[in-house]
Amino acid sequence: MTWGLADVRVSRDKKIILAGVTVPADPSRVTVVVGGDGAGKSTCLRVLVGLLEPDAGTVRRPGKERIGYVPATAGLYVDLTVAENLSFAADAYRLSGSERSRKVSELLEQTGLGRARHRLGGHLSGGMQRKLAVGLALLHSPELLVLDEPTTGVDPVSRADLWRLISRAAVEGAAVVVTTTYVNEATRAASVVLLEAGQVLASGTPDDILRNVPGAVGRQDGAGRPGPLSWRRGNSWRVWAPAGRLPDGVQLVQPDFEDAVVVAALAGETGG
Amino acid sequence: MDILAEARQATKVFGTFTAVSAVDLTVGPGEVVGLLGANGAGKTTLIRLLLGLLRPSQGDIRLFGSAPSLATRRHVGYVPQTLGLYAGLTVGENWAFTAAAFRLAATPVPEVIAHRKNELVAGLPLGAQRQVAFAVALSHRPELLILDEPTSGVGPLGSARLWEEIRQAAGQRAGVLVTTHNMEEAGQCDRLVVMSDGRVVASGTVAEITGGRQAVEVRCDDRDRDRAFAVLDAASFPVQVHGEALRAGGTAPAVAELLSRAGIDAAVTIVPANLEEAFVDIVTAPAAG
Repeated sequence: MTWGLADVRVSRDKKIILAGVTVPADPSRVTVVVGGDGAGKSTCLRVLVGLLEPDAGTVRRPGKERIGYVPATAGLYVDLTVAENLSFAADAYRLSGSERSRKVSELLEQTGLGRARHRLGGHLSGGMQRKLAVGLALLHSPELLVLDEPTTGVDPVSRADLWRLISRAAVEGAAVVVTTTYVNEATRAASVVLLEAGQVLASGTPDDILRNVPGAVGRQDGAGRPGPLSWRRGNSWRVWAPAGRLPDGVQLVQPDFEDAVVVAALAGETGG
Repeated sequence: MDILAEARQATKVFGTFTAVSAVDLTVGPGEVVGLLGANGAGKTTLIRLLLGLLRPSQGDIRLFGSAPSLATRRHVGYVPQTLGLYAGLTVGENWAFTAAAFRLAATPVPEVIAHRKNELVAGLPLGAQRQVAFAVALSHRPELLILDEPTSGVGPLGSARLWEEIRQAAGQRAGVLVTTHNMEEAGQCDRLVVMSDGRVVASGTVAEITGGRQAVEVRCDDRDRDRAFAVLDAASFPVQVHGEALRAGGTAPAVAELLSRAGIDAAVTIVPANLEEAFVDIVTAPAAG
């Protein structure tokens, strides 16, 4: 592991926020941390970028000037235009000369914000704001790019643009850590960490996680909930049998990522 | 009655801006209809028309067979993106307030939220707040449920639990209209309506919407994958990482040729587009006419 968290613990007011969390961050790879609200995703990132000191564990990160970080709720100035935001960030990173103009025009093009360059940040749509924020964090070609829920509430068109920016940063060598509540975004990652209530439920490559779903997952039709270890998938139910033996009438299915995540959460809840 | 909510050629104009343009939409009993669209596509305006919070500039809105009114509002459960709860009241107080507003006899707080009865809504995690908003919206047993991004920001297990309740309401013959940006969630709906720039640009089941649409899949050695991404990206092919493969727009021969010219040995195949790809395809296509 080049950068990242190893066995990090954080507690606040006697409440455990992170209970020994490991999040790898390696050059040219995207790590996606998947979890719901309150899972501890933002805390992980704040520790990773150095905004929060953990109680225990190891944190490896490059120098501050080599990090690009976008928190969940900010990352741009709403009362500056797109161009002014870029220019301000370029000043802050002390970019100058041809490097500066090359990066600024490259990012305007890649974020699709060229035509909006004179609009105020606060007047952009949610998706455009997120693209600008990620663009600002990429301006100095960081070694470690850290993005907190860049796609939450963003429509699929802007989401595709954002993921292109993120994947491109990794292809160009950055170590990238992204948090999300959208399970299917795990397929974008080289490495996935499933986080719930401050604990890692599962981690590895997306394929590892699918291969290692414990027990058996089945499908059952009908209106009534088949049992406690079951959840809705569209018109039918999914049923999880931890010991691998599905009840009669339940049809075995190959779990997909969403199934894997729910099973991991259920296993965590039942202490299994 | 077969149709609970209906928009017929509904149009809403604000000044010179047409937010909703000649939209047809129906929601029937027991049906979960997903309303999809990019930000600014007109989904929220359409919802406000259906609720009777706005009047159409042209066309017609029918709720339970008549124009939206205070009387029809009694039969609708609505959860806005902002949830519509009183953050400074407890869960139990929110519940009681809604019951009083709908003049329901005092009913006990439902089991799913009862353990939080005395907690302030403001102090609850988002997933729990959504669960409360949901329970409150269902409290008067509405015939029509309108949910604006019900699971945004909620984790997978929390989403699955909310969907359990959505399906339960539909099982009891309520019609459900739900907006979402989550294509996995959209896949759980019985029928989808896709809006772009105020218009309906596609509708039908997931299979009908994705039907026939294709994506180009690129598989190559792990070592070559980053380079393949860079080559396609530099040539402005919309390329996305998809598990161990790459998916790109464009045609298979064009992608294959580009990669082979770059000396990358890759298997290029045509695969059925998933809902997310179909959606991007549909809403970014140049408008017809």
